[in-house]
Amino acid sequence: MSWDLLVILTAPFAVSVACWWAPVRLAQALTLASGALTFVLAVLLVPAKTTTALSGWLRVDALSAVFLVAVAFLYLATAVFAIGYVRPAGEPKLAARYTRRLFAGMNLFAWSMAMAPVVNGLALLWVAIEVTTVISALLVATDDTDEASEAAWKYVLIASMGLGIALLATVVMYYAGSSAFGGAHELFYPSLIGAARHFPPQIVRLAFVLAVLGYGTKMGLVPVHTWLPDAHSEAPTPVSAMLSGSLLAVSFYAILRFYQVTERAVGPVFPRDVLLAFGVASLALAALYLASQRDLKRLFAYSSVEHMGVLAIGMSFSAPIAVVGVLLHVLAHAAAKGTAFFGAGSVVRKFGTKDMSRIRGGIGALPWTGPMLVLAVLGLAAMPPFGIFRSEFLIVSGGLSDPRDAVAAVLVVGVTISMLGLSWFTSRTMLTPSPEGTVRGETSAWIVSSMVIGLVALAILGVHPPGQLSDLLTRAAGELGARP
Amino acid sequence: MAVAPPVPTSFSGGVEAIVLVMLLTEFAMLRAPLARSQIRLYAFQSLGFSGLAVSVAATQHLDDLYVLAALSFVLKVVVVPSIVLRLLRDARVDLAGSNRLGVASMVLLAIAISVFGFFVVGSLPVHARSLPTATLGLAAAMILVAFLLVILRSDVVSQAVGFFSLENGVSVASLALAARLPLIVEVAFLFDLLVAVVVFGVLMRLHHGRSQTLSTDALDRLRG
Repeated sequence: MSWDLLVILTAPFAVSVACWWAPVRLAQALTLASGALTFVLAVLLVPAKTTTALSGWLRVDALSAVFLVAVAFLYLATAVFAIGYVRPAGEPKLAARYTRRLFAGMNLFAWSMAMAPVVNGLALLWVAIEVTTVISALLVATDDTDEASEAAWKYVLIASMGLGIALLATVVMYYAGSSAFGGAHELFYPSLIGAARHFPPQIVRLAFVLAVLGYGTKMGLVPVHTWLPDAHSEAPTPVSAMLSGSLLAVSFYAILRFYQVTERAVGPVFPRDVLLAFGVASLALAALYLASQRDLKRLFAYSSVEHMGVLAIGMSFSAPIAVVGVLLHVLAHAAAKGTAFFGAGSVVRKFGTKDMSRIRGGIGALPWTGPMLVLAVLGLAAMPPFGIFRSEFLIVSGGLSDPRDAVAAVLVVGVTISMLGLSWFTSRTMLTPSPEGTVRGETSAWIVSSMVIGLVALAILGVHPPGQLSDLLTRAAGELGARP
Repeated sequence: MAVAPPVPTSFSGGVEAIVLVMLLTEFAMLRAPLARSQIRLYAFQSLGFSGLAVSVAATQHLDDLYVLAALSFVLKVVVVPSIVLRLLRDARVDLAGSNRLGVASMVLLAIAISVFGFFVVGSLPVHARSLPTATLGLAAAMILVAFLLVILRSDVVSQAVGFFSLENGVSVASLALAARLPLIVEVAFLFDLLVAVVVFGVLMRLHHGRSQTLSTDALDRLRG
């Protein structure tokens, strides 16, 4: 029996309930404490081989631990950021209610995202991901503008339809399993993976395609990504950071769980081909759209589509080093995208707009968060010494040793085009001279701290990932069938 | 020597009829002009699902399915429709909204896509254990028509009902393929649906509150 898994599943939920009633200061302190606790517990799970609880319904292996760390890290960083970001304005009572609601929602959202990697089995995984959808759809609508309500509607409708397909995938996989087990089973990962060799191949293929289409809708793979830029740009900024940095990763995790079974049932070629098609489409489209964005948060949303494309392409390479790179990319993207959105929040707060044509001289106006936003964007564009440089380097080097090395070239071209889009934004908004009368100064020390946390993590991942983390990534890649 | 196909039993005939009626209900939703009647059609369709679950429970001796049938009756036939109907009463809007195509074209398209789904699934090597295999094809047709409903009708009620009936289609497929799924999982699915409905309701209300209409035609600010 392992208590840490139970604490991870109860602390954020309990804090969320408390946030509805607690005074704003207490709600903020509780959120911070819960974020820190969840992150520490997740990190403590890193060296463990497999942890189970509740007679096997909860289970964390190396693959789950990678995603749990990503979710918990962003939960903690967002808790820090949100204290500085959500400054009650206007009528005090309404403002306090807004703040409490947002904090309660954020905790609940983090709870549901932590649940996905912790539960055992494809069925409960689906339940957890559906819960993330409904909670985050409400959070997207929190700002109560026309745009936010439009984005929330598109999001809940498209994502729910996608998850309907994912549920069908789960049912089909159950059917594949029951023809091997000869009866009822719980869809637990170890038994599915163990017996996958006896599953009927065509049924497993069907389940995998449905799963990629269904969960891919939540992950933002082209062509089922259409809700993503809207929801990620119209949500309150702390929610945007969690949506882009961890929710997309959690959906990718679901696809990887189907991948594990499919890879053993029908061999790795088929699932890799499917992921390759979606990955190339996502990378290519996002790279082109990045260059034409006017809205700062939308720019980062398209950058998320691009990075999800990189993840899918990385999984399509046969070299184990590429799979390690993909898992590192999940962590590095969480840190980089979180930091970028925190910086965007700081800019939006300072300039009062998301419209990039009206933001000038960011570095001059924001002495700390301005330069840090530039660094985060460079991190997103895969510049050394940051984590995304290391992860994309691993993926590309894995790709070059693959028989399909042309795909690695496509990957490099796509990432380069995206980098051009992102640098164009940086030079126009951040590195230009400030307009007359701009007051120099930060809006909140909390926002600065959250960005420092994100950048330090990103640099550690890039320069020298801790030994136990590297070991975790290797073990997780092994669970995905990538053994050196 | 060719083996004669097994003679269909009255059970399989009855079940196929129920699922076919569920599919036809979806056609009716596609053309129903009033939001209220769409909700009632959805309640009727869900009733079909509960009946289906009961008949599988009785013939296969799966007692868990009685619980599932009862729960889905309470949720999908009573609770969900009454929540949405109450929302509509508060909104004081009758007409659901505009169609993107004429009724005849919508129905023809739905027929074409149902036939496609039915035969594609029929060609797969899938054999439903607890229901006749034809129900699987019909469930696939239901899922595809649900997508049409969401795509072709431009109002929040039709789109929400489209999602709910997609869920009904998946439920029929799951009854055919995974009737022995553990009860705890089934209950979790249903609970999820309830939460989803509440969130759909909140967002429909929000949309109506902001735009004074149920139509989604105005939702075109976010592009590119």
